[in-house]
Amino acid sequence: MAKSERWQQAWGRLAAVLDPEVPALSLVELGIVRELREESDGGFTVVLTPTYSGCPATELIEDEVRAALTDFAPLRIEQRRSPAWTTDWISAEAREKLRQYGIAPPSGMAAVSQPLRMHQAIPCPRCGSPKSERLSAFGSTACKALYRCTACREPFEYFKPI
Amino acid sequence: MKLSNTPAQRYLLRIADAALILSQRNAEWCGHGPILEEDLALSNLALDHLGQARALLTHVGKTDGLDEDQLAMLRLEQQFLNPVLFELPHGLHGQRDFAFTVLRNLAAATWFTLLWQRLLDSSDAEVAAIAEKSLKESRYHLQHATDWTLRLGDGTAESKARMQAALERLWPYVGELFEADAVDAAAEETKLGPSWASLQMEWRAQMNAVLGAATLTVPKDCANAHRGRVGIHSEHLGHLLAEMQYLQRAYPGGTW
Repeated sequence: MAKSERWQQAWGRLAAVLDPEVPALSLVELGIVRELREESDGGFTVVLTPTYSGCPATELIEDEVRAALTDFAPLRIEQRRSPAWTTDWISAEAREKLRQYGIAPPSGMAAVSQPLRMHQAIPCPRCGSPKSERLSAFGSTACKALYRCTACREPFEYFKPI
Repeated sequence: MKLSNTPAQRYLLRIADAALILSQRNAEWCGHGPILEEDLALSNLALDHLGQARALLTHVGKTDGLDEDQLAMLRLEQQFLNPVLFELPHGLHGQRDFAFTVLRNLAAATWFTLLWQRLLDSSDAEVAAIAEKSLKESRYHLQHATDWTLRLGDGTAESKARMQAALERLWPYVGELFEADAVDAAAEETKLGPSWASLQMEWRAQMNAVLGAATLTVPKDCANAHRGRVGIHSEHLGHLLAEMQYLQRAYPGGTW
């Protein structure tokens, strides 16, 4: 179904909201925005999905979506948990943006079983060297791990596939 | 606090409370990790479990008009239904024993991973959705606990001895995870979720494999004497709740 002009405008506003913890990408590019619906009363419903169960940014993200659209139309926000958010929803283009921002993008598709691929070398987002070592399985946020490039010696964050 | 306490609510509270209480315990390492990386890891683990508990508590309380905060902060000790394993302190005499933390997290992550997998088929769509999200997180927890168990178990004489001692301390509490009772039977009947007893064989197989690879000796089983799942707890839960609930009890309804 073709989307109305108002829907396109609302989507444009929504697509400009950056993720508070990974400001290189928008909520749309990260796959956090699952749906935008124009309702019969002229309002909009935004469907969001949490990245991690305990992600402390979940409430902040709702606030930012509300701020982006609140003067545009009456707004409802829904949280939808299934299908569960996965880094597989981050497009190739968005992964490249992450890399340029200095965060190594998720390598390949999310694992569906053990063992998780946590020990492979992740290419350095700065110098491009394929050689790196993991410093910490958990990073500054739930979605990242900490690595160090063994060529340029710079530490970098790695967006974990999940 | 007017919770109907239906068998379905009790089944889900056991899981929610296991996640909540383990979260609170792991969060005790925040600022005290043996190394910075572990401080980060245990805080992240605690956050994931807190999120899982919040989702389940919100769901459990809905039909009775109770929210997650009321369930987490205003229930009394006897109303918490987590197995005793999850409330035990990290060490004896107020010490934090990292070996115990690692092994409990291994036991918990193995159990949570199996449980979430089975809950994907829950007849309750919200429970299935929570499981779908949580399973991904628990897989990372399992990886982390497995790494440390191997490293410390198959490590120095000192690390191995401490891991073995911690394993002996933990083992009497694992039996409670697999006790069969009417709440579990009802959950199985309504397809809400598996009886925990049905997870036991797979849990033991996975634990034996990791503990064996870590050159640790699996202790002998003893009869289970613990009944946290019906609200009878060790002396440790009251102290944990005193800290966790203090603010909400002193300043009811207070928010950040």
